Amino acid sequence: MAELFLRMQNVSKHYAGVTALNKVDFELENDEIHCLVGENGSGKSTLIKIISGTVDADPGMILEINGEIIQSYKAIDAIDCCIRVIYQDLSLFPNLTVAENIALGEFVSDHRRFVNWKELTEIAKRAMARIDIDLPLETAVSEISIADQQLVAICRALTREIKLIIMDEPTASLTRREIESLLSVVLDMKKKGIATLFVSHKLNEVFQIADRISVLRDGNMVGVFPSNEINEEKLTHLMTGKKVEYQNFTLPSNDHEPVLEAQMLNRESEFEDINFRLYPGEILGITGLLGSGRTELALSLFGITQPDTGQIIFEGRPVKIKSVQEALKLGIAYVPEDRLVQGLVNEQPVGDNIIVTIIESLVNRFKLIDRNKKKSNIARWIKELNIKVPSVDSPVQTLSGGNQQRIVLAKWISTDPKILILDGPTIGIDVAAKLSIHEIIRDLARKGIAILLISDEIPEVYNNCNRVLVMRKGCIVKEFDTSQVTVDQIQEYVNGTY
Amino acid sequence: MKKLLYRHETYVFLAIIVFITVVSVINPAFLTLENLFDLLKSVSLMGTFAIGMLFVLISGGIDISFTAIATVSGYTIAVLLLRIGYHLNIFLVFLIAAVIGIALGLINALIIHNFKMPSIITTIATQNIFYGILMVITNGTWLYGFPVWFGDFATIRVFTFYTKGGLPFGLSIVTVIWILLILISWFILKYTVLGRGIYAMGGNTLSAKRAGFNLFRLTMFVYGWMGLMAGIGSVIQALLVQTVAPNSLVGKEMDVIAAVVLGGASLAGGSGSVLGMILGVTLISLLSNGMTIMRVPAVWYDVVIGLVIIISAGASAYRRKIFTRRKVITEQPSAGGQSAT
Repeated sequence: MAELFLRMQNVSKHYAGVTALNKVDFELENDEIHCLVGENGSGKSTLIKIISGTVDADPGMILEINGEIIQSYKAIDAIDCCIRVIYQDLSLFPNLTVAENIALGEFVSDHRRFVNWKELTEIAKRAMARIDIDLPLETAVSEISIADQQLVAICRALTREIKLIIMDEPTASLTRREIESLLSVVLDMKKKGIATLFVSHKLNEVFQIADRISVLRDGNMVGVFPSNEINEEKLTHLMTGKKVEYQNFTLPSNDHEPVLEAQMLNRESEFEDINFRLYPGEILGITGLLGSGRTELALSLFGITQPDTGQIIFEGRPVKIKSVQEALKLGIAYVPEDRLVQGLVNEQPVGDNIIVTIIESLVNRFKLIDRNKKKSNIARWIKELNIKVPSVDSPVQTLSGGNQQRIVLAKWISTDPKILILDGPTIGIDVAAKLSIHEIIRDLARKGIAILLISDEIPEVYNNCNRVLVMRKGCIVKEFDTSQVTVDQIQEYVNGTY
Repeated sequence: MKKLLYRHETYVFLAIIVFITVVSVINPAFLTLENLFDLLKSVSLMGTFAIGMLFVLISGGIDISFTAIATVSGYTIAVLLLRIGYHLNIFLVFLIAAVIGIALGLINALIIHNFKMPSIITTIATQNIFYGILMVITNGTWLYGFPVWFGDFATIRVFTFYTKGGLPFGLSIVTVIWILLILISWFILKYTVLGRGIYAMGGNTLSAKRAGFNLFRLTMFVYGWMGLMAGIGSVIQALLVQTVAPNSLVGKEMDVIAAVVLGGASLAGGSGSVLGMILGVTLISLLSNGMTIMRVPAVWYDVVIGLVIIISAGASAYRRKIFTRRKVITEQPSAGGQSAT
């Protein structure tokens, strides 16, 4: 048994009557990779914030770091105890260089007045050397990939002596391959005696690296398990309290005409020679790495960009989709990748967000919005998609991620689309919410809507689609029937290692 | 070379070269040492304000009130010069103007930081308040007839040459002051933790806070510095024209903001450089001076400035668009974090 680095007992936290954490015990060994899993609202973030000293626990907590009982504990004490946090948003400066992002904090915390650029570069180089990576020091952080930005955030934590690094949902915006290289960095840090507390929704990666897994549910510690003694199914069950089973989606009948056909679509430096057919009632998956052209293709189908050459056939006749309005008129709806930025008006009420796409059909003969029509429409979609809201007047930003995603879906489904393009519909939401969204998607397909499901999570397309297209460097490299293939086979084509 | 092409400053510099070439072909009188020094002298006023504006824009804010601040401090020193002018000297004048400028700038900072108010709203309000109070007290009277020593200081030259007609010209003390301010600003922005903190705050305020920067201190410095530049600028203005008119500066804020933005600073904060600021101010001043020399009617000046700003901002936005589009496919994520940019 390795030595304990951190021991916490009887950790509770109440926010205005809500119990975020209820008498939780938590332990972390030196150089251990420990994963903390749980649904949204299970208390993961609160526990991290207590460990990082940014939130005070309720009185009664026993905290022991390196064998010493600690009485008063603030953010600065956490740093002194060699604990660093990498926030989900990375907290980088997009306008500054890689070197500055890594090392500037050192100058600040040492209360220095002047910047010695040579020293700053040295600090950055040393931090990068600790995990054997090499990033362009003089490049602005806004110009490097999200994966590299993640590495910059890690390096920033490595500028001084460190024993524990806490990563909050570090893989939420990364693709498979980027996750692989991040995980290898975490393993590498373990070899150098740095423990990692890894918070994640993605269970497959949890199993890949964790020594132990702690599960939180509704503020209670459900249990701590060595990762080789537990499987994904059981873990999901522990997190949600529900049993989950997946069945492959199969197309009920295949005698329809395609609703959409792409013929030799090209758009310079985005995608090339794209050919595919989409049938009513099917769920067609498109997967590929970030930068494979999958999102760019979707944008062209929805009229945001135009292909340079090639043809789109919609219900048997060639069409040119020059704008979003034209796409909507045809019956094509698109739910974007970044649901918060592109999909919703966060400050506006739930109801207004749902009907924004059909507002023109709700006007009465005076060209004013018919309040009753509006109300009944909103009520219908809230019921149909099982959206949990305190009131249709509450702003969208007050809802949980899963409910926000449903509202985005409602917004587009209310247009009665023939084709629904979903780009990364479950990014950043927890397991249970994910399952219910998948269920909604299947329901929609059963109603005859053709669904194009774009995702970099291969299990997601594998479990929900009847066919999958793999994109690589702007081309479709392979088409699979999901009933005749395994996840690993799709993976090989995605990575280009076939 | 590739890096040079990516820099905004390069394009502004090229525009300056092109413009100088065109004007000097049309009127050879443009490219003379005499006109050059003259130009430098007239750039100094806008250039001093631009230094303050550069800091504000980098920090992610904006200041509309600096012309009102300059008017208040200019008027105060003018009154003092007329009443007790013979007990004062140039250093005291600069000191008094600086103190007034900094004080009014700090008022902006306090409001912006404490009430978390958008800087544009705050400074529109304070511009009206500062300027309004001044007008109430003074009724807009012009002040002139300053002590002789104040007029003499304005004519000090570091190098002196003579035209064929025997008239002296050279590098004005006013330009020297501006150059000194530029050097100090460059040092602050590049070599102090404070300066990098201003960039950090403009890039991502929350990250700056988490990294341990004191946002209150940064805000106080930035708007105080803008106020200081407004104060110094008001003395330069008084030196150049030997008259203080309450209505001569207010209304010219946009020219200064435009010059700094032309030099590559972003209204979104986080970007901008001293070199870019110098080039932006130079281009704007060249345009007005060059158009006079080419005998273009003055009414065209605003139109041309507007066009230049649109072309400049449009070109850099377009370059960014091209750049990001190219990145879509070429950037394949890879192990070890080498990106293909």
